[in-house]
Amino acid sequence: MTPRGAAKLAPRRHAASCHAGWLAMLTVIVLPLGASAAADEDPGSGAAAHVAPAAPASAMPEMPYAQMASIMDMDDAARYGRIIVDQWEWRDDAARRGSGVWDVEGWYGGDYDKLWARTEGDWPSGTGAQGRAELLWDRIVTRWWSLQAGARYDFGAGPGKGWAALGVQGLAPGWINVEATVYAGEAGSVAGRLKAETDLRFTQRLILQPELEFNAYSRADRAREQGAGLSEVDAGLRLRYEIRRELAPYLGVAWRQRSGASAQLLRAAGAVPDELQWLIGVRFWF
Amino acid sequence: MGIIARGGAQPARMGRRQFVQGVAGGTLLLGAGSLFGRTGNPPSQATPGPAPLSGTQFDLSIGELAVNYTGVARVATAVNGQVPAPLLRWREGDVVTLRVTNRLAVHSSIHWHGMIVPADMDGVPGLSFPGIPPGATFVYRFPVNQHGTYWYHSHSRFQEQTGLYGPLVIEPRGGERARCERDYTVILSDWSDSDPEHVYATLKRQSDYFNFHQRTVADLHADIARQGAAAAGANWALWARMRMDPTDLLDVSGSVYTYLMNGSTPGANWTALFGRGERVRLRFINGSSMSFFDVRIPGLTMTVVAADGQDVEPVSVDEFRIGTAEVYDVIVAPADDRAYTIFAQAMDRSGYARGTLAPQPGMQAGLPPLDARPLLSAADMGMAMDMAMSGRPEMPEMPEMPGMPGMSHDTAPVPGPQHARVHYGPGVDMVAANPQRRLHDPGVGLRDNGRRVLTYGDLHTLGGAIDAREPQRDIELHLTGHMQRYLWSFNGRKFSDSEPLRFRFGERLRIVLVNDSMMTHPIHLHGMWSEIEDAQDEFQLRKHTVTVQPGQRLSYRVTADALGRWAYHCHLLYHMEAGMFREVVVAPEAGAGEP
Repeated sequence: MTPRGAAKLAPRRHAASCHAGWLAMLTVIVLPLGASAAADEDPGSGAAAHVAPAAPASAMPEMPYAQMASIMDMDDAARYGRIIVDQWEWRDDAARRGSGVWDVEGWYGGDYDKLWARTEGDWPSGTGAQGRAELLWDRIVTRWWSLQAGARYDFGAGPGKGWAALGVQGLAPGWINVEATVYAGEAGSVAGRLKAETDLRFTQRLILQPELEFNAYSRADRAREQGAGLSEVDAGLRLRYEIRRELAPYLGVAWRQRSGASAQLLRAAGAVPDELQWLIGVRFWF
Repeated sequence: MGIIARGGAQPARMGRRQFVQGVAGGTLLLGAGSLFGRTGNPPSQATPGPAPLSGTQFDLSIGELAVNYTGVARVATAVNGQVPAPLLRWREGDVVTLRVTNRLAVHSSIHWHGMIVPADMDGVPGLSFPGIPPGATFVYRFPVNQHGTYWYHSHSRFQEQTGLYGPLVIEPRGGERARCERDYTVILSDWSDSDPEHVYATLKRQSDYFNFHQRTVADLHADIARQGAAAAGANWALWARMRMDPTDLLDVSGSVYTYLMNGSTPGANWTALFGRGERVRLRFINGSSMSFFDVRIPGLTMTVVAADGQDVEPVSVDEFRIGTAEVYDVIVAPADDRAYTIFAQAMDRSGYARGTLAPQPGMQAGLPPLDARPLLSAADMGMAMDMAMSGRPEMPEMPEMPGMPGMSHDTAPVPGPQHARVHYGPGVDMVAANPQRRLHDPGVGLRDNGRRVLTYGDLHTLGGAIDAREPQRDIELHLTGHMQRYLWSFNGRKFSDSEPLRFRFGERLRIVLVNDSMMTHPIHLHGMWSEIEDAQDEFQLRKHTVTVQPGQRLSYRVTADALGRWAYHCHLLYHMEAGMFREVVVAPEAGAGEP
């Protein structure tokens, strides 16, 4: 690792090649150094030429950080924000029942505390949109994880439903983005959601994003065709091409499984409980 | 001194613009190369550049300038209508007066990088002075008690990134030690057509945005083919556990930067002339905001004669790495009547700055290919090798690893406490468990490349230390950060979370820097010299900017002889902005402030 061969030109050789008096000057400078060991307290004695600066004629007083940040125009506590439309897509299945699907996330804040919002849902053709929106306070608590607390609101089919939310969000080993949240709803109902996704790069711009999401409910909701238990499993594979980092069209497949009570509710409604869907969409952020 | 005069000068937004074309074939007004050899040769340059400013009285005007480096019209921040700012030539022993007028619509400032000046002349808004308001003139006046190559730049927001940087050369009172026939300054920089505010906000949103060299499935496949599945898998797992990227060498890359040499793009090819048999001094200054360059001149051996303005024992190399804000003076003696390419590739090999040494204008030599893109190794991450294999990167307080027989002083474990009790909160993504001094390590991407590459271990300042006393105390600082969250700090504390470091006036102290991050950081202490110690803790090298590699632990001595409030920071502009900044207060009778 070390190029010990980084050959030092001997001062003599350099002096010969570049300046005749060079060696003499070096000697003059080096000689006093030997005598300097005795000089313990006086920095000037025997040391290399150096003149300490004068005291400032007009000193700036010490001041609080906010004032200094303003004068410096440099603030490491400044707030930034980002909105990521991770999924903005059209899905179609074998029965040609199309639907629009969105998954959007945004944050605003400093390095330690952020306001975090996310919403996801679908809009089947011929009906209204249904989905959920969350507003969370995000606080980083460990190297890779933050704690999130806030509220969730379900909208669309049936009356709207509010939940209190508490969860963690972070980066698991293997660069896997994880969101794990529990929700407390009306009349003691409880729900849980776990989502994991990662990026696999084929090239610097062609990226496969596998995604897995689980939703579980303590209580059925007929209007939303949600049964109790681990009722929803969604898996997706999206292959995107980043024209710019901020703009990436994609193609993919999604597999939806509604199990247990959810499946029964769907069958009763004449629908299929699990289905493979083709999808096309665009991911963008700003 | 330091009078701010208001009125008169109106902020000129568009009126005083000049137009500078940086693309090949365009009008070339760039190139700050100078010639002031002592042999009396007339100045000659292939690339016509503005004349240097010399003397003791200077009028500098900070304003906007229309530029076009990439085919896109942009506005730069200029001094006297020039990007880079004009070369200033001072003489050791003079008192210089610089009247700096700000014709921008926002506050501005100029910091004299490496100059030992009174605290109120240092040009850091908030610490030295309130900054220069729009339309105002600030008068800097100070004695020049040193010589060598330095530079100056704005210390306000991102003005350095948009063009406010320039070379500064101080002639020794006794004449140049290394006499040469030609003498040029070569200032390297990184230009972005994107607004630096946007670049910085982008790093906050997605820190790997500018890295287009990330590991792919194909790379993993190639690793498996080369090393076998087990080794490739173990390596992948190591990085996967750390959640780090071995390709992360520079935060901002050639994907957004155009690298400039004396303000010229590679296509514009800044050219310096020489006559056969002449010795040419090239004063390399890294005036970039976020870039490390690996510099070489294929076909020529470079003799390094000064580092950060300080004369060193001459050392001959084929290549050197220059960190942001560092300065190296080299001498070359081209023997042939032909052109030579000055090649400065970015550390991540995402681009290069380029110029030419030629006997005639218009000549050029071949361009070497960019080197292979390097990957960070386990050692770069501050891990001992056996630890890298067992894959326990995150253990924060590993005991010292026993040294292997035959290790040099450089790689042997450093005695003493490895880690101060520092705040390793959620803002720190890794800890170097086994940091090494590694002064003879040229750094990632330069090891065993077949060329003689300069290392800190090769550099010995002539004349010894400025202060013969032993350090009275140690201050240990860890260079920390969180790449993914893009926050940077000392000891896990951003500037906004920190208290000033307090030095007792007159004391000699030792600063120990441990790089706990995966980035290479150029650390700059204002107002006082950093005197780097060798493996025996003896003085070796005096610098104003100290590059600390990932997983490296090095120490330097500081004499606190400069009263006042000073900046101490990483000279990567966006690292400084993101918190890697401390205030240093030098005062009599101050308590021994621990970080």
